Amino acid sequence: MSDHNYTPKSKFGKWFNDRLPLLSLASHLTDYPTPKNLNYWWTFGGILTFCLITQIVTGLTLAMHYIAHADMAFESVEHIMRDVNYGWLIRYIHANGASMFFLAVYIHIFRSLFYGSYKSPREIIWIIGIIIYLLMMAAAFMGYVLPWGQMSFWGATVITNLFSAIPLVGEGIVNWLWGGYSVDNPTLTRFFTLHYLIPFLILGLVVLHIWALHVPGNNNPVGIDIKKPSKDTVPFHPYIVIKDGFALLMFMIVFAFFVFYSPNILGHADNYIEANPMVTPAHIVPEWYLLPFYAILRSVPDKLLGVVAMLSAILILAALPWLDTSKIRSAVFRPLYKQFYWILVADVLILGYVGAMPAEGLYLLIARVATAYYFLHFLVVLPVLGFKEKTLPVPLSITEPILGGSANMVSAKSKESLKK
Amino acid sequence: MTDKKPKRREFLFTATYAIGAVGAGAVVWPLIDQMNPDASVKALASTEVDVSSVTPGKTITVLWRGKPVFIRRRTQDEIAEARSVKMEDLKHPEKDEDRARDPEWLVMLGVCTHLGCVPLNDKGDYDGWFCPCHGSHYDTSGRIRKGPAPLNMEVPKYEFVNANIIKIG
Repeated sequence: MSDHNYTPKSKFGKWFNDRLPLLSLASHLTDYPTPKNLNYWWTFGGILTFCLITQIVTGLTLAMHYIAHADMAFESVEHIMRDVNYGWLIRYIHANGASMFFLAVYIHIFRSLFYGSYKSPREIIWIIGIIIYLLMMAAAFMGYVLPWGQMSFWGATVITNLFSAIPLVGEGIVNWLWGGYSVDNPTLTRFFTLHYLIPFLILGLVVLHIWALHVPGNNNPVGIDIKKPSKDTVPFHPYIVIKDGFALLMFMIVFAFFVFYSPNILGHADNYIEANPMVTPAHIVPEWYLLPFYAILRSVPDKLLGVVAMLSAILILAALPWLDTSKIRSAVFRPLYKQFYWILVADVLILGYVGAMPAEGLYLLIARVATAYYFLHFLVVLPVLGFKEKTLPVPLSITEPILGGSANMVSAKSKESLKK
Repeated sequence: MTDKKPKRREFLFTATYAIGAVGAGAVVWPLIDQMNPDASVKALASTEVDVSSVTPGKTITVLWRGKPVFIRRRTQDEIAEARSVKMEDLKHPEKDEDRARDPEWLVMLGVCTHLGCVPLNDKGDYDGWFCPCHGSHYDTSGRIRKGPAPLNMEVPKYEFVNANIIKIG
């Protein structure tokens, strides 16, 4: 945490703070020096906190009406939609809230990728973030199973069967996960339990994520280390609070649009049919936020290798701080990386698109090329680029490029001096 | 004396850790094992099916252990097709004779060995089954011929109780 000293003004405040320094913490959070050039891509941390709180509050209220039993789950969800006061609203917020959560987290992750926020000294923040992302996927997947519709049931069947790819112990693990020989009531009740637990694990990790962030402080669009507090920083309150608040309002408009005008557009009609273990829907498609990884899974013709490729695609992100060898953080000063960054964005979007399409013909070919490129980006492009790329001169401070008119005019810190 | 004392202490530490680990394992195991299939699930291990109404070329699907089981009465063409396949063309080589003891009856789990979807009947490039999830094709013996599934559809333990009743499990 920052090194500033704080003494409460009131006598009681001082007495309390000496015993539990909550007021010091509050003071640290309000005064926390923040780079003054943070743009709107930096507001998604706050937006994500809002998403998490929204999911927890709506989830708690839904749990008061939901029944986790294979014979009653589907009906209890319809009961929530039709009978419970404002049940439709709470459920639509919760269901679309998951999509909004992922929308925000993808923007948050790609912001880190663009501005190099994962690089030293912020590796731990990044890795905690990846763990949060994994837990989010687990929570979203298990939550999707709870309504016990056709997509719930078959989504659960397909995803749990991924573990059967493990040699020798695979089948035992799958039966253990199911609590039986197929997805059934024991599976539903344990998924409900874990779905209830994970958000609180995420909440704990968010605290660590922010704690780890407050040690080095925020990265910024220029990507340079700054002195704190200095001319380059502003206090978190009111400056960032207002900016985050404004961005949050804009985000809530998008959120509300989905909830009130097209609450089912991100879902699948098949999930309004009750689960039937005898019939698989014609098209099993995961929720949109898992599609790129689904495309990677399907692009590999071997079962075990497909699962390995899909998991590697996620876990490779954790190694990113060491795969990216460039000393320059921000893509603003990395002309080549900037181009590869946008190719990666396009690549992931293409993977998402083909993930929703049938795995055959041209779609399969595209999925394979895009999968290969995805790994190429992290395993070849990023390590090589750090050595080969001719980066642009980096300013000495945030204030200078603003006062000097352009980043190039104050090129005191050239690439050579940075690389020793 | 001085070099003996730490040795005794080391022994005590090691013994404590070992007992502690056993104790921790004894506590953790029930918490893990409670998730395994329970007695009531295991009790539903077998089911009997009346197949007297199944005509050649028809498939019925019954539920066994929460999973669909296909019971197909095959036509002579299908049997001939299944038996004429060369072993080297198969991803998971199994003779049709071993999969269907009575050639007319094919009994197997209607579960795709890729990720567990239910394949569709009379579909696919090999006149057998086709899995809509990730495009696996099975032949008239339920053997994997094309697509990501690694194995043939599983033949469960079953027997004819009499001419009309099949007992699965």
